[in-house]
Amino acid sequence: MSATKAKVAVHKFSSCDGCQLAFLNMGEDLLALFDQVDIIHFAEAGPLNREASVDISFVEGSLSTPEDIHRIKKIREKSRYVTTIGACATAGGLQALRNVAQQDDWIQSVYATPQYISSLDQVMPIHEQIAVDFELRGCPVNTRQITAVLRSLLNGVTPVNEQDKVCMECKRQHEVCAMVARGLPCMGPVTRAGCGALCPGVGRDCYGCYGSAENANTASLGGRFHLLRLNQNQVRHRFVSFNGADPVFASAGSMGTGKND
Amino acid sequence: MHSPLRNFLPRNNFSELLTALSDGGYRCLAPKVCDGAIVYKELPSQDTLSTGISIHQAPGSYRVEITDSARNFGWSNGPQGLKPLVFKSRETLWSVRRDTNGQMTFTESAAEPDPVAIIGVRSCDLAALALQDKHFLNNHNRDSHYQTRRASLFLVAVNCTHPSDTCFCASTGDGPTAQDGFDLLLDELDDGFVIRAGTEAGEKILETLPVDPVAPEQAEAISRQNQRARECQTRRLPSRNLEQALFENLEHPRWRTVAQRCLSCANCTSVCPTCFCYSEQDTGTLDFTRSEHVREWDSCFTQGHSYIHGLTIRADTKLRYRQWLTHKLGSWHSQYGRSGCVGCGRCISWCPVGIDITEEVTAIVSAET
Ligand code: SF4
Ligand code: SF4
Ligand code: SF4
Ligand code: SF4
Ligand code: SF4
Repeated sequence: MSATKAKVAVHKFSSCDGCQLAFLNMGEDLLALFDQVDIIHFAEAGPLNREASVDISFVEGSLSTPEDIHRIKKIREKSRYVTTIGACATAGGLQALRNVAQQDDWIQSVYATPQYISSLDQVMPIHEQIAVDFELRGCPVNTRQITAVLRSLLNGVTPVNEQDKVCMECKRQHEVCAMVARGLPCMGPVTRAGCGALCPGVGRDCYGCYGSAENANTASLGGRFHLLRLNQNQVRHRFVSFNGADPVFASAGSMGTGKND
Repeated sequence: MHSPLRNFLPRNNFSELLTALSDGGYRCLAPKVCDGAIVYKELPSQDTLSTGISIHQAPGSYRVEITDSARNFGWSNGPQGLKPLVFKSRETLWSVRRDTNGQMTFTESAAEPDPVAIIGVRSCDLAALALQDKHFLNNHNRDSHYQTRRASLFLVAVNCTHPSDTCFCASTGDGPTAQDGFDLLLDELDDGFVIRAGTEAGEKILETLPVDPVAPEQAEAISRQNQRARECQTRRLPSRNLEQALFENLEHPRWRTVAQRCLSCANCTSVCPTCFCYSEQDTGTLDFTRSEHVREWDSCFTQGHSYIHGLTIRADTKLRYRQWLTHKLGSWHSQYGRSGCVGCGRCISWCPVGIDITEEVTAIVSAET
């Protein structure tokens, strides 16, 4: 990039802050990062300057309140590139589960003074309100993904869109397939790669936290889960958990997002 | 050219073979049950082979059972053959460094010779290795990484006595008894092994072993069990050469119905001992001083495999499954003079939804649609 350092902001919406840790966990690479860019806004790490114009904005979290919509539009105006990080920003996250529940009942039962709650009817991933240049999936995303995107953007090249299935990474690591050898209902065959097959690597089934892969055959996998003796509800829960607003998983869970059923 | 059946190694002398291999400079990889399947693992010296393993394979299913049999090899195969030992699932081909003056230095990474003996290699996997040799060691373009690792292998094969329901090597002509491609070949009996050499390296090891002559009953028992292993196989391919039949049926409706089940997940190509597709990419450090050019296993079931400058040629599963089958069982003949399938059955067992290659191809090339 140019002689002046690129300016970077990290913003947060409705989320657990876990994806931002992918920056803080960089270890020695953090020093390299500070050499390459100026971090203008990153509340979790210190710098605060929400309104500044930047080259790259990373956005964590989903849109839950009217104020969120106003703020994300501002961020878009002030950013050359917007990259969403994680399941919340990209596909709704856990909180998008409320899209399929009776929200008013919940608010009444959870909050002592519900009249102060102002929230949107539907939790929205960022791309539903603004144009997003690049989306990173995962709950949470990892440092390798962040580094790869940063390198590409700083070099002026389009980041690689990792969209193969988790099974590809699983087999490259020579994990024994948990579904075939132990009958576990693994989501790997429909889930997007990027985590390095973390769960099969520790002997358990993938639960789909990276959202849907390209060309995902959810109907066939759902059928397979039934043969593994999961009931209808259990199959739905496999598909709609972390990525409730991922259209492919949402329609496989046949509970829709309000837009995709 | 193999020596005839004249060397019997009693079971309690088997460790002599392991010692001879380790004295010969080889580390030993032997079959072990790990995470519910048989995998090749380093065998520490003084350790013994697992006994009594029995394997049950069916479409989409693999189960291990431990019996009280004293035999070491009374099972068929695990999720991987020899492929990961020679064609690494992920490796750096070259790397580049940039110094403070902007000067770039490129370094090719070479595979290190690592003499390794594999105990219990199956006939199908020897045939698959021969096919991978044709691909990676062809005269125009030798893959040095593959070549170094291939030269490091010492193969102790064993004739199969207990094929799985998914095995169909008898129909492809690649098993269950090995014809060549091994350094040593074992026939397992209850009380020991008949052992013969297929190479000079094998002969050298064999010479050092305390063997007895083979009794006529032992020779008969071996020929009986080998015949049983051949005859018990129920799956088969319709013919050894399906190239024409497949390419005459490119619009068969079965491609569509199999695509409804297929997850396009690439488990079949990953476990297939002959599949050789890979992709290459660069991974670099954040300070822009270093990057590595990496290749890793790819598959005709991914989108990227058929992506060419803005166009994905095989966007849907029907075309991807058709590519896999028409290449594996069809155009492989034009490319390498034989089918790319050695009948190991892995793509059947390890397919999460149990798609059976023998069933699909039979439906596609059979007369009625
Ligand atoms: S364990 Fe899961 S991710 Fe791994 S190969 Fe099996 S289905 Fe795919
Ligand atoms: S294996 Fe699946 S659930 Fe586990 S981290 Fe990866 S994508 Fe998420
Ligand atoms: S196509 Fe299937 S049966 Fe044939 S060699 Fe490959 S994995 Fe084995
Ligand atoms: S396919 Fe044949 S050689 Fe391979 S494991 Fe089965 S019986 Fe043995
Ligand atoms: S045939 Fe089976 S293993 Fe192969 S891509 Fe399709 S579902 Fe996956």
